[in-house]
Amino acid sequence: MGNTDTIAAIATGVTNSGIGIIRISGEDSIEIADRIFVPFKKENKLNNVKSHTIHYGYIKDNDNVIDEVLVSVMRKPNTYTRENVVEINCHGGITVVKSVLDVVLKNGARPADAGEFTKRAFLNGRIDLSQAEAVIDIINAKNEYALKSSVSQLRGSVSSKIKEIRETILEKIAYIEAALDDPEHIEMNGFGDELLLTIKSIKSRLEKLLNSADNGKVIKEGIKTVILGKPNAGKSSFLNALLGEERAIVTDVEGTTRDVLEENISIHGVSLNIIDTAGIRDTENIVEKIGIDKARKMAEDADLIIYIADTSKPFDDNDREIIDFLKGRKAIVLLNKSDLEKEILSEDEKLIETIDTAYKIKISAKTGYGIEEFESAIKEMFFAGEIDFNDQIYITNARHKQNIADALESIKMVENSIENNMPEDFFTIDLMNSYEALGKVIGEAVEDDLVDKIFSSFCMGK
Amino acid sequence: MNYVEENYDVLVVGAGHAGCEAALASARLGLNTIMFTVSVDSIALMPCNPNIGGSSKGHLVREIDALGGEMGKNIDKTFIQSKMLNASKGPAVHSLRAQADKKNYSQSMREVLENTENLTIRQAEVSELIVEDGKIKGAKTFSGAVYHVKAVVLCTGTYLKARCIYGDVSNPTGPNGLQAANHLTDSLKALGIEMYRFKTGTPARVDKRSIDFSKMEEQKGDEKVIPFSFTTNPESVQKEQISCWLTYTNKDTHKIIMDNIDRSPLFSGAIEGTGPRYCPSIEDKVVKFADKERHQVFIEPEGLYTNEMYLGGMSSSLPEDVQYAMYRTVPGLENVKIVRNAYAIEYDCINPRQLLPTLEFKAIKGLFSGGQFNGSSGYEEAAAQGIMAGINAAMYVKGKEQVVIDRSQGYIGVLIDDLVTKENHEPYRMMTSRAEYRLLLRQDNADLRLSRIGYKVGLISEERYNSVVRKQENINREIERLEKTKVGASGRIQEFLEKNGSTALKTAASLAELIRRPELDYEKIAEIDDERQPLPDDVINQVNIEIKYEGYIARQLSQVQQFKKLENKKLDPEFDYTVVPSLRKEAVQKLNLYKPLSIGQASRISGVSPADISVLLVFLEQQKRKKEQQK
Repeated sequence: MGNTDTIAAIATGVTNSGIGIIRISGEDSIEIADRIFVPFKKENKLNNVKSHTIHYGYIKDNDNVIDEVLVSVMRKPNTYTRENVVEINCHGGITVVKSVLDVVLKNGARPADAGEFTKRAFLNGRIDLSQAEAVIDIINAKNEYALKSSVSQLRGSVSSKIKEIRETILEKIAYIEAALDDPEHIEMNGFGDELLLTIKSIKSRLEKLLNSADNGKVIKEGIKTVILGKPNAGKSSFLNALLGEERAIVTDVEGTTRDVLEENISIHGVSLNIIDTAGIRDTENIVEKIGIDKARKMAEDADLIIYIADTSKPFDDNDREIIDFLKGRKAIVLLNKSDLEKEILSEDEKLIETIDTAYKIKISAKTGYGIEEFESAIKEMFFAGEIDFNDQIYITNARHKQNIADALESIKMVENSIENNMPEDFFTIDLMNSYEALGKVIGEAVEDDLVDKIFSSFCMGK
Repeated sequence: MNYVEENYDVLVVGAGHAGCEAALASARLGLNTIMFTVSVDSIALMPCNPNIGGSSKGHLVREIDALGGEMGKNIDKTFIQSKMLNASKGPAVHSLRAQADKKNYSQSMREVLENTENLTIRQAEVSELIVEDGKIKGAKTFSGAVYHVKAVVLCTGTYLKARCIYGDVSNPTGPNGLQAANHLTDSLKALGIEMYRFKTGTPARVDKRSIDFSKMEEQKGDEKVIPFSFTTNPESVQKEQISCWLTYTNKDTHKIIMDNIDRSPLFSGAIEGTGPRYCPSIEDKVVKFADKERHQVFIEPEGLYTNEMYLGGMSSSLPEDVQYAMYRTVPGLENVKIVRNAYAIEYDCINPRQLLPTLEFKAIKGLFSGGQFNGSSGYEEAAAQGIMAGINAAMYVKGKEQVVIDRSQGYIGVLIDDLVTKENHEPYRMMTSRAEYRLLLRQDNADLRLSRIGYKVGLISEERYNSVVRKQENINREIERLEKTKVGASGRIQEFLEKNGSTALKTAASLAELIRRPELDYEKIAEIDDERQPLPDDVINQVNIEIKYEGYIARQLSQVQQFKKLENKKLDPEFDYTVVPSLRKEAVQKLNLYKPLSIGQASRISGVSPADISVLLVFLEQQKRKKEQQK
């Protein structure tokens, strides 16, 4: 299927990191590597070495030595792509890594397309669809933590969770069917109650997975953050202080931020999608009104709200309205203009105390004071706090999310059937639907439209 | 010339349950048909259990009937007890089972065959097939006669190189001591057909006068008998019924079996054939369910005019003396006298993977087969394949499109698809669990599902078909009326609901919504359904099921849609799967062996995983795109 040519690419990120790896995959990968690799021990021509061994030597381009390297040789089929794979570990430095790749390409490999190693791994049956999709997510992922999630998905933590649930479901289906066929030997009395317990446990496991899907979205796209504050409270200045560049128009005139600005910034590896809004206040200026309406709407479904309070002026209705709005939402309060004279009233301070958040930070958007503390707050809130990156599973793929939602729906129907005292053979219809929906997540159900999905995500056949 | 030479359209080998249906279908479709049997006295013989139907098998009988077959009609004429099994469970698993008067069953079927136009019955052993250029041309009998025919249907049952065994006794005969057919296997092998050797068994028949029924539970038939055939007048089957009896094995029985297990040819290795897991001998059950303290034993009459009783659940191949000893431990059988010993029987059959879903051999055009010869077990499974093989042999001769019933249309479809697609190393028994879409494939709607096929091929009359169409219209109309008719939250309605333990209405609801409530049904709401017109029972039954289980039925229908999508992705039976580079070796082997006709069928082959199917789909799509690019 045109997969016989040999491809190569830099497998590590194109950054000035400690080491860089060039991966070569395909029938000729060992031969190609042999053309450019001079082993430390002469007998270690790569063609002669055992599979899954590492060899020390250097890479040359004709007579020029490019870098000292370690080369791993992995013969098919036990490799990532199920093809012959060679990985060249060289010293970091973008220039060196790129030069090594260039030599590899000169000697017979062609540059791999985005995701092509994965495509081969998938087509050669090495990984299932969910794992392949995770890799595509990695390629597309913007931030470090989305990557981590994709990596854990790739390792199969989604697959193994789903497999566990599927096995439980299958066991129940098998029991019911066995009882239908052999009522003499397989007892059905009390089975409904027992099944109900299992169903409830499956339900909560699926709900957890589905909730993680929302978290997964957070990770992949960034945390949707809205900055609220009355006009001229310093929202745009704060944003600029974070971004280090003047993106929003900042003047001393109230209401100069007319539209909604959206910025994606990374704080300690957490991606925030920050939406700067026009100050929430009543206005008759039509242009501004549109901005404000949008802001309200944005704030409604934000993951995090940053409320900037201007402590150099007494609170007005805007502040009171915002504080009211913060009830039951995740928020950080920034007490801005701490470089100026504090003018808020004691009743305003009491109002601030009513806000339910551990994070009330004094800042000065103008001088940059407190920005660091704000950044640590973000880190705390989203790492140590609500989201645990180490052992939770994130469903980052919209299709998987839908499949799991379908599976959950069917499980609820089984629950319903049991509670309605339906005969046991009715349970299997929805159990089977749930089983199949979950199978779609891990590529263990045959889907007729699968091909289209794969072709659209891998850009194959072009 | 010193031998007989004749011409026919279709030749059927065997006159058991498969052979009878095949020969009748072929002859009724106007083809000149000859049916061979080793003994005309053994037409439609029931050499094992004295009943027809039962869980999932009852479904098959009704489907055979809807297609225009004979089994349902014949048992309606000859039953001596009838019961709807699982009546307390969901409608998908309701199943009819009728005890037959064995002798009467055979006699009555023979009469039908003998009075069917275009059908010749011949007692002789077919010993050789004549095949030229991959096409069937005829058959020879052991006596040397030659029959030139256009199609052959093999329904040899358990007779090919048959051997009956108990203990160390081994007789080279077919069932009931009938002559085995010892020559055809060699001819089949010479044609390149792969053969299996299977085994099955039957319990002892005992003398009724030696049984103490007072120690057993009486098993009566249903008060209102429902006939198998959709054409049988329900009034005609309300008659006096004979009882069966239930008793149990016990620890003593099991001890005798275990003490003598080394004398069983199954465990000593004297039997090489593979037996059915789902129709196990008593020794199999005792070994398999070691912790079970007892197993059921059904004492079933073999007929009205015989004292022989069948010991259901106790088939065995233990030696004669052990049989006596173990039967006599069972309450009520302490003094039992055996009339015929239990025995196991071994026979040759084929690996059914060599068949198309039409039951025609892939490698030999015009050669069809059905029944135990295809590796199944049971009368009903045999008859179901028989009618399909007969229909398709006739279609083949007529040059018309052959008929395949798919898994979503009937148990017959499940049965045949399983046989030709899934690896099968033991006699295949139909089971409810094998049908994925069983809520749609109910025994009560077999006529609505399959009459159209029976009518199209020509086995059921226009009149009969029209009545099915009218029935469907009646059902639809009544369902529509019930969906549309609303009742308000009036005093009378609330009172009715309260009386039936149902929650009161807050707003108006349709009658259909009320029927859907677990505690109500069509019959119960009669008193608040003022415009109800009298309808036949079978229509009412359908209306009630369709409304009550609407959600489940709808979900099952969408499963069927998914299934159909994959069935409709056709594969080329000539395709060589070795050209798909990334397909696993096992998958390539299996796909090349089975040569499936669709992606759906491919996905059901054991050893082909969903990942393999993905790889195959991707490959085919790439090929398609390449071709399109070249254009």
